[in-house]
Amino acid sequence: MTDGVTRSLAAATAEAVAAASADSCPRIVATLIRVTGDWTLAEDCAQEALALALQRWPREGVPGNPGGWLMTVARNRAIDVLRRASAERRKLAELAALADAGPAQAPEEGEVVDDRLRLVFTCCHPALPLEARVALTLRTICGVPTADIARAFLVTESTMTRRLTRAKTKIADARIPYRVPAGRALAERLPGVLAVLYLLFTQGYNADGEPAFADEAIRLARLLQRLMPGESEVSALLALFLFQHSRRATRRDARGDLVALDKQDRNRWDHAAVAEGLHVLAGVREDGPYAVQARIAACHATAPSAGTTDWPAIAGWYDRLAAIQPSPVVELNRAVAHGYAHGPEAGLRLLDAARAGGALDGYPLAIAVEADLTARRGDRDRASTLFLRAAAATHSVPERRALLARADDPFA
Amino acid sequence: MKYMMFVCSDTEPDTDTADLPDIHLWVSRNDAAGRRLDGSVLAPTSASTTVRVREGKLLVSDGPFAESKEVILGYDLLECADLDEAIEVARSHPMARQGRLELRPLAELGD
Repeated sequence: MTDGVTRSLAAATAEAVAAASADSCPRIVATLIRVTGDWTLAEDCAQEALALALQRWPREGVPGNPGGWLMTVARNRAIDVLRRASAERRKLAELAALADAGPAQAPEEGEVVDDRLRLVFTCCHPALPLEARVALTLRTICGVPTADIARAFLVTESTMTRRLTRAKTKIADARIPYRVPAGRALAERLPGVLAVLYLLFTQGYNADGEPAFADEAIRLARLLQRLMPGESEVSALLALFLFQHSRRATRRDARGDLVALDKQDRNRWDHAAVAEGLHVLAGVREDGPYAVQARIAACHATAPSAGTTDWPAIAGWYDRLAAIQPSPVVELNRAVAHGYAHGPEAGLRLLDAARAGGALDGYPLAIAVEADLTARRGDRDRASTLFLRAAAATHSVPERRALLARADDPFA
Repeated sequence: MKYMMFVCSDTEPDTDTADLPDIHLWVSRNDAAGRRLDGSVLAPTSASTTVRVREGKLLVSDGPFAESKEVILGYDLLECADLDEAIEVARSHPMARQGRLELRPLAELGD
């Protein structure tokens, strides 16, 4: 009995530390970085505060404001370290800034959240290499361990550590500011930040990716949306994430193979996520690239069955997307949508146009689309040949399996 | 923070035909604001001379002549609060469109 109580108490404490860690750590790191300009010191002090919490909370109980407690400990720790290093003049200035930063208890939500937003723009600065932007965002804003980031990027932990260090050094040496840009600069920089979030999301979405990254991307998108409610592309990106994420349970079969949208069990989609996505999207007035993609995703997410999908609407949105963000892949998807909306001939015509530039040469998906449209036109033999060609072109084993099956039975 | 801004040629200049910003205006505005400390156009690379000392011997040679079309044509020494300010100064220089600008902070050596 007592054992059980002790165990559940320990479990509750561990839970409290984990929750505080996920919630407060990035804020603490962001604040300490702003005040001291020292990334490593900020991360170390946050980690030490967590370690102390793990030691003390089981004995002394979880404090009323766990985040405030951690912030105080981390800041005192930073003051300690800086005081010890205060022979250096520069460190003294940091110390003065830290002491001036006001009482640490119960950090005001607004101020601390602003620190994180500032840090997002620092981590996603275009003067840093793209890979470093994603990695730095994961490490610093999301608090993901370096080892996990390294695994997702298929590099060793020491390589990832070096990459992160190089990026932090550049931030210091080139003096990349901690600031949310204003006016024209915000309009120029925000798409870059959203692109990092999008990369992060797809990193979690891919077969061999890190599923937790998709959750992190959604968390960050929510944060940005809360802090920049007037930016419609931020809301649109969050909506897009939610629609795509709603299908996470059905996108792959037991073997890990991709399940096509029309074969997925729609009852197992996350309907709460879809509802939230629709709610967020309802507040989006402008037609930026993410808004249009979110509207396309919404059409799929709200169709009760594959057969009742509103393809004419989707085709119309792809026309819009092709106008504002033209790319060969958008043109390819546009051909697919028109194929469903207005018949395979219409799709094939657009596919020919999309291929004219040569950018889709040898692209397995383009061949597969042609094969599918050809099958739906009723030309079984030609469709079969094209599916075989697509299967030969792909490097993905599950994709090849699926294409070979279609080659056997093009009308499936 | 001091940034050396190298003014370079680029193999793919801007194709936009809009009027280029006036370089004299750029210089006077940034000089007046204290953001430009120094700067000059460089003589062609054909005027450059290389100096080396190896094992006590002075080696002087002609050049180097950059093989590529991307050469440093000039420089400006900027004083800016941070990289974002330096980027804003650089973007309004006519060579941001006709060529490219490279921003490199001066190293802050320890006390």
